[in-house]
Amino acid sequence: MHIIVCVKQVPDAKDVRLDPVTNTLAREGVDSIMNPYDRHALEEAVAIKEQQGGTVTVITMGPPQAEAVLREAIACGADDGVLISDRAFAGADTWATSYTLANAVKTLGAFDLILCGKQAIDGDTAQVGPGLAYRLQVPFATCIQKTRKVSSASIEVERMMDDGFDVLRLPLPALMTVVKDINEPRVASLKGKMKAKKAEIRKFSAADIGADPQCIGLAGSPTQVVRVFSPEARGDRKIFSGSVEEQVDQLVECLKAYL
Amino acid sequence: MLIIHSDKCTACGICETSCAFGAITIQNDCAVVNECCTLCGACVENCPTQALSIETAEKRKQVDIDNYSGIMVFAEYRHGDVAPVSYELLGIGRKLADKRGVKLSVVLPGGNVTSYASGLIAAGADTVLLVEHPMLEQFREDIYAAVLEQVIGEHKPEVVLAGATAIGRSVIPYVANAIDAGLTADCTRLEIREEDGMLLQTRPAFGGNIMATIECPHTRPQMATVRPKVMAPAVPDLSRTGEIFQVQVPERCLQSKIEVLDSVINHDDQVNIQEVETLVAGGRGLESEKGFTLIRALAHELGGAVAASRAAVDSGWIPYPHQVGQTGKTVSPKLYIACGISGAVQHAVGMQSAEIVVAINRDSEAPIFNIATYGVVGDLYEVVPQLIKRLQEIKK
Ligand SMILES: Cc1cc2nc3c(=O)[nH]c(=O)nc-3n(C[C@H](O)[C@H](O)[C@H](O)COP(=O)(O)OP(=O)(O)OC[C@H]3O[C@@H](n4cnc5c(N)ncnc54)[C@H](O)[C@@H]3O)c2cc1C
Ligand SMILES: Nc1ncnc2c1ncn2[C@@H]1O[C@H](COP(=O)(O)O)[C@@H](O)[C@H]1O
Repeated sequence: MHIIVCVKQVPDAKDVRLDPVTNTLAREGVDSIMNPYDRHALEEAVAIKEQQGGTVTVITMGPPQAEAVLREAIACGADDGVLISDRAFAGADTWATSYTLANAVKTLGAFDLILCGKQAIDGDTAQVGPGLAYRLQVPFATCIQKTRKVSSASIEVERMMDDGFDVLRLPLPALMTVVKDINEPRVASLKGKMKAKKAEIRKFSAADIGADPQCIGLAGSPTQVVRVFSPEARGDRKIFSGSVEEQVDQLVECLKAYL
Repeated sequence: MLIIHSDKCTACGICETSCAFGAITIQNDCAVVNECCTLCGACVENCPTQALSIETAEKRKQVDIDNYSGIMVFAEYRHGDVAPVSYELLGIGRKLADKRGVKLSVVLPGGNVTSYASGLIAAGADTVLLVEHPMLEQFREDIYAAVLEQVIGEHKPEVVLAGATAIGRSVIPYVANAIDAGLTADCTRLEIREEDGMLLQTRPAFGGNIMATIECPHTRPQMATVRPKVMAPAVPDLSRTGEIFQVQVPERCLQSKIEVLDSVINHDDQVNIQEVETLVAGGRGLESEKGFTLIRALAHELGGAVAASRAAVDSGWIPYPHQVGQTGKTVSPKLYIACGISGAVQHAVGMQSAEIVVAINRDSEAPIFNIATYGVVGDLYEVVPQLIKRLQEIKK
């Protein structure tokens, strides 16, 4: 079985904030990490491989330094990694990203299963997985919380819904995005780390994957960011002071209309 | 790519600080860009000497945007009911349609959905497009996508709105790719720009730390998903009139590769925190699971339900369905009482549209006080029992 996992390198979101004075992003000390959801996608792929046999290929589209997440994935059980990197990919929205990843997958050849994280924490869009499924014309399901059964022909899974979950069976090849409940990702073994160090990372440019220049990067993106700003604070506030009793009395007085 | 006109660059460094990605540095008295550049354009806008510009060799394929007109809402049906977010979408859809002077349509795929049509009209729709078929009783990505693609292709709306729900976030991005349209996820604000009628879509990014406004200049329809409870539904107007159509889709759209073996509803968490008027929320400040006994007592006193921060959920004190915030639920109750919650932006984005926010925190510097209507500075283990006592006294 050939499983492809899409991983993304993201800034550690909790460290990113807008400086309220200069209105620019404060980025000091922001680390780049593997998108947390993608760790779970990777773990699931490795677990399925251990059960079914086969290979796990991790792919990422990003700047040259995104190679780090591929090596990390190899340390955690992936067999090989592909870095899809080209200046021409810069500015890609989820449409252009789906297009680019799809072309890379087609360049790699046949696959049985593609796993993505539910969403990337830099944008929280959750759009790349379904978009990729369209480009590759394979059945898909999002927010998988459990793999029940896998065979070479199909996969049976639980998909999280807002009010519970559905149990689905998809024929392979298929694409799934996973939520964190699906598994507990393993930490890299020493052997894995050695392997990751030595691994040969394949590199694809826009030309290597036969990408249409009109469909990649900023030029290929139907959505465009026109403004970035800080969330607004609430206007009319009242912070009480005094003893606990005094403060509670004032609060109850203010809330009376709503009780 | 980003072009740096070295003749105009004064090495002032404004571009360096305005770049969110650390992609520009000043070297040898001139700006230099590296491969981290995402072409977001922030530096171009900020450069005082116009030394930067973005050039794309190729322009995206453009569609004739004048061929598209009207606002369309995708209404969601599951387990015998239309999702509340559908009515919220009609609320904002109505406003956008009036601003543009166009019609508001709603498409509702499902098993047996005719009875909902009048309610959708009362909520603001001019046209209801019912797609009824036994295959649509349960949600399957492939047939729902095929149906939406068909209906959008036929009606050519300029805007398509859907809920940012499990269903909407799954099928809508697939459709957007299929019809080559731009899609913005989880919008919290939608407006029409006066000058050109363009849809401006605002959403939180980076876990809610920043907001971004997005537009789709060259493609149609302009597609957006909206989180439940962010927009207000219109007050139903039963005197409104509208047209109802039964849409026939080709048989090939109704063939699925996905088998739904079971559909389970979780009953263990009966109360949906998005549906109640009063929420009492607990955070890490509770320090243990036992703290929720106190939170529950206060909620009980107020006839409300219990919510939590992610820190409390991650500690295992309360299950995930109670989590409020970026990765939990968005709530907009009348009254939200945050106890021992610091008010991190990721929590705030989920509750700041509450009518009244009360913060109880012993740290007077906690950010929750910036978004609170009323703040009590003190130990919640003293404040909450006292509050319960006073509320009981008033009742008597
Ligand atoms: C991508 C991303 C997504 C996230 N999504 C969410 C989300 O959906 N929801 C969410 O809530 N968080 C989310 N977070 C986490 C968020 O950043 C905060 O870490 C979290 O909200 C903190 O929870 P807290 O306020 O309960 O805990 P803390 O920040 O630890 O705050 C505890 C507060 O309790 C006060 N306190 C302590 N003891 C007492 C006492 N005895 N009496 C009174 N006050 C007391 C303290 O002064 C402090 O202010 C997300 C983070 C990231 C990076
Ligand atoms: N640049 C990328 N390279 C590889 N995979 C990606 C990339 N962007 C998104 N993905 C995958 O798509 C998922 C959803 O991302 P998003 O739609 O950006 O929230 C992620 O969890 C990844 O699995």
